[in-house]
Amino acid sequence: MPDADDTHELFRKSCLRFAEEKIIPHVIEWEEAGEFPRELYNEAAKDGVLAASIPEEYGGGGGDMLHSLVRTEGLLPCGSTGVVAGLGSLGIALPPVMILGTEEQKKRFIPPVCRGEKVAALAITEPGTGSDVAGVTTRAKKDGDDYVISGSKLFITSGVRADQVTVLTRTSEDKHSGLTFFIVEKGMKGYSVSRALKKTGWWASDTAELAFDEVRVPKENRLGNEGSGFVALMQNFQGERLGLAFMGHATAEVVLEDAIAYSKERSAFGRPIAGFQVTRHKLATMATKVLAAKTLNHSVARRVLAGEYLVTETSMAKNFAAQVAQEVCYEAVQIFGGMGYCRETRVERLSRDARLLPIGGGTSEIMNEIIAKGLGL
Amino acid sequence: MKILVPLKRVADPDNANKVKPTADKVDTSGLEWKINPFDEYALESALRLTEDGKAPKKRLGEVIVVTVGPKETETTLRSALATGADRAIRVDAEDDALDGRMVAKALQSIVEAEKPDIVLMGKQAVDGDTNQVGQILAERLDYPMATFAATIQEEDGGVLVSREVDGGVCWLRLKNPCVVTVDLRIVAPESVYSLKTDKSFKHNDGVRFAALPAIMKAKKKPLDVKTLGDVAAGTELTAKYSKFEPPPQRAAGVKVADVAELVQKLATEAKVI
Ligand SMILES: Cc1cc2nc3c(=O)[nH]c(=O)nc-3n(C[C@H](O)[C@H](O)[C@H](O)COP(=O)(O)OP(=O)(O)OC[C@H]3O[C@@H](n4cnc5c(N)ncnc54)[C@H](O)[C@@H]3O)c2cc1C
Repeated sequence: MPDADDTHELFRKSCLRFAEEKIIPHVIEWEEAGEFPRELYNEAAKDGVLAASIPEEYGGGGGDMLHSLVRTEGLLPCGSTGVVAGLGSLGIALPPVMILGTEEQKKRFIPPVCRGEKVAALAITEPGTGSDVAGVTTRAKKDGDDYVISGSKLFITSGVRADQVTVLTRTSEDKHSGLTFFIVEKGMKGYSVSRALKKTGWWASDTAELAFDEVRVPKENRLGNEGSGFVALMQNFQGERLGLAFMGHATAEVVLEDAIAYSKERSAFGRPIAGFQVTRHKLATMATKVLAAKTLNHSVARRVLAGEYLVTETSMAKNFAAQVAQEVCYEAVQIFGGMGYCRETRVERLSRDARLLPIGGGTSEIMNEIIAKGLGL
Repeated sequence: MKILVPLKRVADPDNANKVKPTADKVDTSGLEWKINPFDEYALESALRLTEDGKAPKKRLGEVIVVTVGPKETETTLRSALATGADRAIRVDAEDDALDGRMVAKALQSIVEAEKPDIVLMGKQAVDGDTNQVGQILAERLDYPMATFAATIQEEDGGVLVSREVDGGVCWLRLKNPCVVTVDLRIVAPESVYSLKTDKSFKHNDGVRFAALPAIMKAKKKPLDVKTLGDVAAGTELTAKYSKFEPPPQRAAGVKVADVAELVQKLATEAKVI
């Protein structure tokens, strides 16, 4: 297993500094407003924390997968998973272009996003299908040199503001081999944002329903051959799920830190609440869970970095960290008492944000199906 | 322009409560480390002096960073390389084997070998706060020195430095080679000007980010290792630490009824008037 070298640690620190200087001072305002300023993409690009694992020749950071993962650890202390997810949507929207795209398509669709000039989103989920990803019904019909796309997509992160959307479509009836990715660009006739969704958490990240009403897309926007979508989709899921797993332990780590600090400051019955054994043991259990999730995530990430294709372990890591995040957030809110129910605290925001982790990128039930299959069941 | 910037890693001041003094040393295990903030400011100033602010990608001089410490301090050096320094030197030594004079002696040997135009350093390290290495180094080298610099302007063959002192600003014009130690205002937007940077240019406030591409490139920049014997042979420690103890706990405050009681307490209990 190759060790992470100190570039990962240095990069995590740069991300943390970005969070402290450029996000934290405004985070409550952005959460309440339901979005962060678009300029933050440019700022993040300028400070080199936007597109970590995209090669430098396409304007990215030239790092590896672990760099994008530690970026989540560095940014999450900002206290808004929405900002992290919004800034991070390119991390799921660009890999299909990297995997399937021609050199020309990579040069065209990647650098403007890495510079923060364009916002990119990934659109798989539809009103009629989520977990069953191969059940996608958004259609792309060939018409001369173009394709005509019709259908709709739901729950699309950064979808309201996206300038380009990596869309999974159906080009033939074969369930798995009939799927094809296209890049749909803002301004194309028939493409529109139907609505922005109001959510439990992730407030600062815009989430959209998108409509495709006979959108004419040139074949230059088709990624890979017809039918190449499913394999790229599965590959992309591995990165996304590890990303969500890291979000899980990073969230838990942040709220644990806050809970420890609060338990020392807050007094009840004449002593700090950390003085009650119940609180101390709660914190001890929380810390143990955080370490377990973090250790599992890093160990899976490093093996993936070394070239292993770990579908089962990645699903385990995602499920475990998502669950740890629920439990640790719940207890952190409990330790904060009434303050833990108030929007000004990081604990309150992150505990709402964390509820997404067992749902997004494949639900825990779906992860368990994958794990069971890996067990030969 | 060639600038040498000595760096020290210090325990993150936010972790200060984790420092455990034992009999004759401070237990540093488990602490997070960072570059001494004043050294970071010195590095930022050195980078500003070796570029045209408008086109910072093009290096117009060389910045060498040096630290004296164990293997783990190479992360500190690499983080400096990632923000723009050109190469690094580590003098291998355990923290216990060092004091200000020893570090100054080691730096002296490196300055004599590298012959930089300026040695630019932090005014002090925020751990021991001894504020002496720059001064000892300048004395040993017999170089002109300016401490606590608030601004630096490059001139032909030297620098013009301003220092904030009680009642005003003191200006010093130094000939290279020289030693300059910096204070925190040195990273304000209009504090440092190379000859190439237009005086109307404003730098970004603070020290620059280590962006990922630069972090990746830093892996390939040269990092030389020397032993303490190479650079400070025959030097003995002059400072010996006999005991460490935590500062006394602050006592709780008291409320006073009126001014008379306040004055009385200041006189008899606090003994400050
Ligand atoms: C904030 C947010 C951001 C998102 N961002 C994006 C995005 O950027 N792009 C994108 O494409 N999608 C995105 N999604 C969608 C997300 O990936 C889906 O919500 C998720 O995959 C679940 O799909 P679903 O909501 O349709 O649930 P369903 O598939 O309808 O599932 C409903 C329930 O049934 C269970 N279930 C389904 N099938 C099985 C089975 N075989 N066995 C047992 N139980 C089963 C599920 O586990 C779940 O509990 C986002 C969602 C949210 C909430």
